[in-house]
Amino acid sequence: MGKTTGFLDYPRQGPHHRPVPVRLRDWREVYEPQSDDEVSTQGARCMDCGIPFCMQGCPLGNRIPTFNDHVYRTHWDRAAEQLFDTNNFPEFTGRLCPAPCESACVLGISDSPVTIERIEYEVAEHAFAHGLEVAHVAASATGKRVAVVGSGPAGLAAAAQLASVGHDVHVFERSDAIGGLLRYGIPEFKLEKAILDRRLEVMETSGITFHTNVCVGDDETRLEDLQGAFDAVVLALGSTRPRLIPVPGSHLSGVYPAMTYLEAANRAVRDDDTSPIDAKDQHVIILGGGDTGADCLGTVHRQGARSVVQIEILERPPDDRPDDQPWPTMARIFKSSPAHDEGGERRFSTETLEFHGVDQIERIVVRDDTSNDSIFMSADLVLIAAGFVGPELDQLGLAGEPFVTSRATLSVDSQWRIDALGGPAPVFACGDAVRGQSLIVWAIAEGRSAAAAVDAYLSERTSVLPAPVTPYSLSW
Amino acid sequence: MTKTLYDPTFEHDACGVGMVADLTATPTNATILDALTILENLEHRGASGSDVDSGDGAGVLIQMPDAFLRDVFGDVLPPFGEYGIAHWMVPTSAVTGDIQLAIESILNRVGLASLGWRSVPVDSTVLGPTSRASEPAFVQQLIAKRATDPAPDLERALYCARKVIEHTVDIYASSCSPHVLIYKGMLTAPQLRQYFCDLRDDRLTSAIAVVHSRFSTNVLPRWDLAQPFRYIAHNGEINTVRGNRNWMTARETSLESDVLPLPIAELTPLVTTGLSDSASFDEVVELLVQAGRSLPHAVLMMIPEAWERSTFMSESRRDFYRYHAGLMEPWDGPASVTFCDGKVVGAVLDRNGLRPARYWVTKDQRVIFASEVGVLPVDPANIERKGRLQPGRVFLVDIGQGRIIDDEELKRTLAQRAPYGEWLRDQQRSLDEIDAPTMLTPNHASIVRQQMNFGYSEEDLRLIVRHMAQVSEEPIGSMGSDSTVPTLSKLARPLFDFFTQLFAQVTNPPLDAIREELVTSTRVTIGGEDNLLTESANHCHQIVLPSPILSIDELAKIRYIEEFERMEGFTTVVIDGLFEAHGLGTGAERLATAIDALCDEVVDEVHCGANIIILSDRNTTTELAAIPSLLLASAVHHRLVDEHLRTSAALIMESGDVREVHHVALLLGFGASAVCPYLAYESIDALIEQGELTGLSSFEARYQYGKSLNKGVVKTMSKMGVSTVASYVGSQLFEAVGISESVLARYFPGFTSRLGGITLEHIARSVLALHASAYEPVLGERVELRNNGEYQWRRDGEIHLFNPRTVQKLQHATRAKRFDIFKEYTSLVDDQSSALVTLRGLMSLVPSPTPLPIDEVETTASIIKRFSTGAMSYGSISEEAHSTLAIAMNRMGAKSNTGEGGEDVERFDTSDPQWNRRSAIKQVASGRFGVTSRFLVNADDIQIKMAQGAKPGEGGQLPGTKIAPWIAKTRHSTPGVGLISPPPHHDIYSIEDLAQLIYDLKNANDQARIHVKLVSEQGVGTIAAGVAKAHADVILISGHDGGTGAAPLTSLKHAGTPWELGLAETHQTLAANGLRSRVALQVDGQLKTGRDVIIAALLGAEEFGFATAPLVVAGCVMMRVCHLDTCPVGIATQNPRLRERFTGQPEFVENFFEFIAEEVREYLALLGARTLEEVIGDATRLSIAAPDDENSDLDLSALLVTVPPDQRHQSVKQDHGLDGALDWTFLHDAVSAASRTAPFTFATPIRNVNRAVGTLTGSAITRALGERELPDNLIQIDLDGSSGQSLGAFMPSGMTLRLTGDANDYAGKGLSGGRIIIRPSLGATFASEENIIAGNVIGYGATSGEIFISGVVGERCGVRNSGATIIVEGTGDHACEYMTGGVVVILGAVGRNLAAGMSGGTLFLYDPQRSVYDHLSAGVYEIDPLEFDDDARLRELLTRFVEETGSRRAQSILSDWRDARMHFVRIETSEYQRVRDELRNG
Repeated sequence: MGKTTGFLDYPRQGPHHRPVPVRLRDWREVYEPQSDDEVSTQGARCMDCGIPFCMQGCPLGNRIPTFNDHVYRTHWDRAAEQLFDTNNFPEFTGRLCPAPCESACVLGISDSPVTIERIEYEVAEHAFAHGLEVAHVAASATGKRVAVVGSGPAGLAAAAQLASVGHDVHVFERSDAIGGLLRYGIPEFKLEKAILDRRLEVMETSGITFHTNVCVGDDETRLEDLQGAFDAVVLALGSTRPRLIPVPGSHLSGVYPAMTYLEAANRAVRDDDTSPIDAKDQHVIILGGGDTGADCLGTVHRQGARSVVQIEILERPPDDRPDDQPWPTMARIFKSSPAHDEGGERRFSTETLEFHGVDQIERIVVRDDTSNDSIFMSADLVLIAAGFVGPELDQLGLAGEPFVTSRATLSVDSQWRIDALGGPAPVFACGDAVRGQSLIVWAIAEGRSAAAAVDAYLSERTSVLPAPVTPYSLSW
Repeated sequence: MTKTLYDPTFEHDACGVGMVADLTATPTNATILDALTILENLEHRGASGSDVDSGDGAGVLIQMPDAFLRDVFGDVLPPFGEYGIAHWMVPTSAVTGDIQLAIESILNRVGLASLGWRSVPVDSTVLGPTSRASEPAFVQQLIAKRATDPAPDLERALYCARKVIEHTVDIYASSCSPHVLIYKGMLTAPQLRQYFCDLRDDRLTSAIAVVHSRFSTNVLPRWDLAQPFRYIAHNGEINTVRGNRNWMTARETSLESDVLPLPIAELTPLVTTGLSDSASFDEVVELLVQAGRSLPHAVLMMIPEAWERSTFMSESRRDFYRYHAGLMEPWDGPASVTFCDGKVVGAVLDRNGLRPARYWVTKDQRVIFASEVGVLPVDPANIERKGRLQPGRVFLVDIGQGRIIDDEELKRTLAQRAPYGEWLRDQQRSLDEIDAPTMLTPNHASIVRQQMNFGYSEEDLRLIVRHMAQVSEEPIGSMGSDSTVPTLSKLARPLFDFFTQLFAQVTNPPLDAIREELVTSTRVTIGGEDNLLTESANHCHQIVLPSPILSIDELAKIRYIEEFERMEGFTTVVIDGLFEAHGLGTGAERLATAIDALCDEVVDEVHCGANIIILSDRNTTTELAAIPSLLLASAVHHRLVDEHLRTSAALIMESGDVREVHHVALLLGFGASAVCPYLAYESIDALIEQGELTGLSSFEARYQYGKSLNKGVVKTMSKMGVSTVASYVGSQLFEAVGISESVLARYFPGFTSRLGGITLEHIARSVLALHASAYEPVLGERVELRNNGEYQWRRDGEIHLFNPRTVQKLQHATRAKRFDIFKEYTSLVDDQSSALVTLRGLMSLVPSPTPLPIDEVETTASIIKRFSTGAMSYGSISEEAHSTLAIAMNRMGAKSNTGEGGEDVERFDTSDPQWNRRSAIKQVASGRFGVTSRFLVNADDIQIKMAQGAKPGEGGQLPGTKIAPWIAKTRHSTPGVGLISPPPHHDIYSIEDLAQLIYDLKNANDQARIHVKLVSEQGVGTIAAGVAKAHADVILISGHDGGTGAAPLTSLKHAGTPWELGLAETHQTLAANGLRSRVALQVDGQLKTGRDVIIAALLGAEEFGFATAPLVVAGCVMMRVCHLDTCPVGIATQNPRLRERFTGQPEFVENFFEFIAEEVREYLALLGARTLEEVIGDATRLSIAAPDDENSDLDLSALLVTVPPDQRHQSVKQDHGLDGALDWTFLHDAVSAASRTAPFTFATPIRNVNRAVGTLTGSAITRALGERELPDNLIQIDLDGSSGQSLGAFMPSGMTLRLTGDANDYAGKGLSGGRIIIRPSLGATFASEENIIAGNVIGYGATSGEIFISGVVGERCGVRNSGATIIVEGTGDHACEYMTGGVVVILGAVGRNLAAGMSGGTLFLYDPQRSVYDHLSAGVYEIDPLEFDDDARLRELLTRFVEETGSRRAQSILSDWRDARMHFVRIETSEYQRVRDELRNG
């Protein structure tokens, strides 16, 4: 409930960015912390709506008005209690979520929404800083074993939930470190890896076992093996097949999928080394105007690129909501991320026609769809951030009918189960592998929901775990 | 038999009463004839049904007409006083031999003998078909003492014999007495003397005659319910009758009388079932009198005045009342009771004084008493004095002594009958006199666990308990309730939720417990009760609780009562209300077994002498779960009633599940004397500990919480018109919705289940689920309170019809004009309905085998004409929102509603049809804000709001912060000064008053339809029948769930029922009574889709109101903060910053209604109907599903009763009876003169049947003149005689009525600039300042004009005056209540509670005795001597007053002005002065 007239008394105030010249010199997170007072005041802007649309906008169903009120009253402990009850990883979503809750905030109809995401961040950090409970630890063990394949946010959320009710959870990751996209996909300046490690430590303490460098589906670890060794298997594979741009020259050296580039960059940061794909002094072209594109943008700046152009095929979104995307939906409107403040050129309505070069990329040819002019641009490094087309299923033998949907994702029943699959233990799936490329909150929400289904199966009763979403559901 | 919703037992009646007595005790025929004349002149207060010649009942009580009887019975008649006459109504055509034998044998048993029979001659030809069909035979039986072994007392023997006869033989005695004879029947007033030939016989004589004319809401033929009854004639309604009857039943075995010839056990049931409230009242009066009390004593025991808070009452009188309060609970409700035993005749008015009662004493020794003046022509010169009965006062004519015994003398005498004061001092103890024991209450390991155990939701804690503890007020909410009906909910809902509060509408008024606090009392006495028929010191050996809410300490005092000194004779037993959580059998079986065992235990304990029983659920364990406290209280209460032990012990609840007002009210209503909500108290401590509740100590917070519970209970009672907790206890003023018959019959006797619903297993299952969540949490489950999302939507809480997705879709669809998205919206809503949120979710349409192509169905445009938007006042919502709705509705030929806040005159301009902002429906609510002649003339429909869905039975309050200057202008009030809407209309205390207001409004605009808005509750159909008989054109049934700007959460959730029930009941009841064809039925309450409309149509509605949905279309996002003025979308706010945020457009609203109508067309095509009219009221096209719950037998088929095709919708127009209006004699000339601005004068005699004189002419002038206003006194009408009610109502400026004589109630109601002058008849010799000249509620809601009255007026003069100048020579209680503007000058005595709730205007009181503080209500006033400008103003006013009225009082004041002016005080509220001064100083 905050303060009845808080929304009239205080303007929206998010965190301050560290100055661009400063932050470009390191990999640290972009935002400066906010004072507790400031966060409380922002909590007072919450109107405690009769219908909190934010709660529907958030796939997790975060109890936003409730924790806002606690924050307003500086009851950080109770705010954290509420927040961690619906969200396993608010320290991630507080940094990475594009905040559909804020799109749905009632205050946003005619004013600026409450800084819900930032409040979430502050509450989570408060909890870690003050040693509050950030995960539920099971009182006793059930003796049931669950394998979770994939350690991105969906897999981690499912693992955390299942562990909280006493199941013995093993997480399998094909990479050399746990975290999925969180580990190597998200740049350090958005999520410092220490934050991820801090969470993994909590999870290990709560009894979850992590296995890295295990690629389920290869000869060493077949899916059937897991089905034999565990009482249930959860596939949280992610949607990792990049969408490519099939134009002439896309084979040239210097043209990379964004994830390849970002992974290399992240490893380099971890090792305090130079990335094998370094943008220093390069002319960089980023194809794709989305968040991954922005991640590339921030990264190439920090690597010292000479010039950067970010190209988006679609036209520039409007500054305000178009009529066909009314409040409270998440509308496609023009947004800038901090990376855009750091430099580079943004082009919209620009279609990539060709990559030129001999072996190594030299320039690209694009067409400006508004003027219909063809434009040539110098390019030493081209990063393709055009999204993903679905999970990698071939190795698991799940690529064809009846396992996939028309959108090339895994097909699950209402209980998140791949019911077409036989075997000694049932196989569940969740996250981007089911939904297709989406937001981190959806991944967590699906991981939690699938965990509830797994628990219901294992315990043979209605699960006490919440299931915030159903497969393939939408907020609006 | 098919179940229907029509239940004749919900009947209400109201009436006119009259009496004539001859102080010389000379029996004459003239007295009877005069009484019959009074009766005939009160005919407009009675009613007839669809069959106009069948009245509701009329009758006359006279002294035993010895001379007449001597003629008709002949020589067998014993000497006067030695015989009695039983006047039998016999259902068959004659008394059969069997009946005779039976009667005679019973007479024989009590020492009586039958001396003869006489068939009473009647003229049946006068009867209408309905009364004739049930006409009984009338026979008079002559009875005397038996020769051998005669009865010691003839009258008591007759009483006992009659009781036994009526219980054993199917026969009814109008009277059976040696002293009185009663002629009555199902007749209209004029029929009475035509029907009974005896009444036309001039040999019939009496010195006393009491007459009564009945207005019943039912037309069920009941000859026996006509009045007078044996001792009383009642005008009003006993609200608490259900409880009173139960208590009488409970007392039966404790009653003993050594003066009655038969033991009480043979006379039982003392209160006969199936009779009216008045009849029950009469039976108890009769019992008390026959057992030895005097008639006035008996009546005052049952209708005590408001003694609890009176500061002026003598100690002995207070002791009298205090003593009797321990014997019997008041029979509470509006009551003007005339009583007569043949020797004395009197009348008493209840503590609220809501019924009119006037009397005259003539110089030739007659006393005339009636509901109205002018009912009997009396030469003014013959009048010695005129008076009125005042609240709580009694008036007694003792013709034996040949004098009137006044209230003071009568009560003084009664108070001295016995040493009541001494007895009380010796025996009665207040709880406060006892020190709290030092023991500590058990400590809870975990509050949260107990909260879960008892079903607390996080909302209960935060929104309710915390709020009440923090601010000592009930929490307020807005926008109604759109969540799941409890009986369909999947959540474990407390049993409390399945009962809704009943509330008063139309037939009796709800009360204002805040502004009229002096009549309320929360006092209860506990301890055993003694024999009601005797009195002794021991009768008051009781403990007095100041409030029924007990703190933990107070409960401990009672628990350990035996350990205190001077508390001998009290024995407290604590019994655990628990059952086995696990074990053999089903939960229901274990629960039932536990309750049975527990009831047995209570009975045993009471037999062993326990007189205080505490039922406690403190000791739950893993193995023992709590029995829901309501189930427990009711089961034990009724078991004790059945065992006739109930009055031997008090029931006290120590209950963990009690947290809100509704819970406490229910426990009291079902028999608990007091409640200790211990867990709520402990939760408050926990909140303080957590820092969730700050700034208060635990003691303060608990105190505030208890206090707000207490206030809430008083408010809940007052909604039903009940003033005292003592009579509320056990009164069962609730309705069960969705509980199975098996549960009700067993644990809540007296309640019938109309729909079935949850079974005991369901109840047990809910309790056990909560118990398990607390005591056996599943691994991983957090022990934490859930938020059930009942008040604010939550993802995992209760389903709401308006939720993020439906609001989003609806707004998107109507803004983008996308029917496809609208269909997504309606399917989401309709799916939720069928996912069982609403009752209509269980209904589906039966498609026609021959559906129609949609293009053959009537157009959307013609369907839309049936739509209207709901009553939302300008003030509660912004100008932008209000006019958006009006413009949209006007463009479509549909109707918008002003709401109760008036309408800006600029909006009357309708010249541009595209931007016409005039609301077609003008609402008249209790506050009468801006209700002027022009406002009414500019209406197509006028809607009388009797109740509001979200908070039926309550008034409203618009805080000063919301009264922006533009709002104040429209409402005729002061900017920044808060406004109050009273709970009742102060001109509607009963059904005949409503008929009067309908008549007044029809006069104020004879082209408008008059609506009456009711809220769905059990019995609403019967009320609607009465409303139809009162000539409403449209009846609106609102669901309980309607939106609102602000309502206490208790009311929002727990009062009223869904519209499906109310609509179906109303439709069926009207049809069964042949009244459906006379009225149009409208429905509203969360209508959202075409499906809602079609279902409502099939259930009987022909018009449809929408409020929340169009608001959502206009941008509302259900913030539910309307009461806070912070609406972020600019709708429910006056804050200019927020109003800028309003985004609604009329087109959006048009799209919405277009889409709804389009859906309706689709359904009509499916039903194979070309028009909506074809299907209205045709329930056969609906089918019913059962809920998906094995523990519920909910069955809605009673809603689907088929009614005859001619009774499915309105087909005939009401006859409003305007043709007979006196106005027609001058109207045309007056209007023609007014149009020319030419003077006009006219003189005419007037009688009480000439009602609302001047109103029709006034409206014609207003209509003719438009914006133009006439100069004062242009049209002058001189009247001579007694005016009927509502003299000059709504009269505009330029008109002056000068009445010489006297006036009835409501003179100057809604005065809109006109002038009314009333002065005594020229021949009158009495002093005007001591005699009443005009009735109650003078100048109610007047907005401008002048009312000069030379004489005293009744109660509530100047209520809600907002601009008129009123001068009177004295007033009754509650003068200037809720006044917001204007000037009132009172030159004489004033009653109590002066200026209660007044917020504006100026009151000048001539107060030489300096007694103003004794009269003034609690409030913040500025009481000053006259200032310079007041002096001149007042003097000018009084000078004109003298010129107009010849007032001797004013003359003498003026002649001595230099001194007299010092005796005036000026009374204004501080707030008003502050704001006015601010305005003056810029």
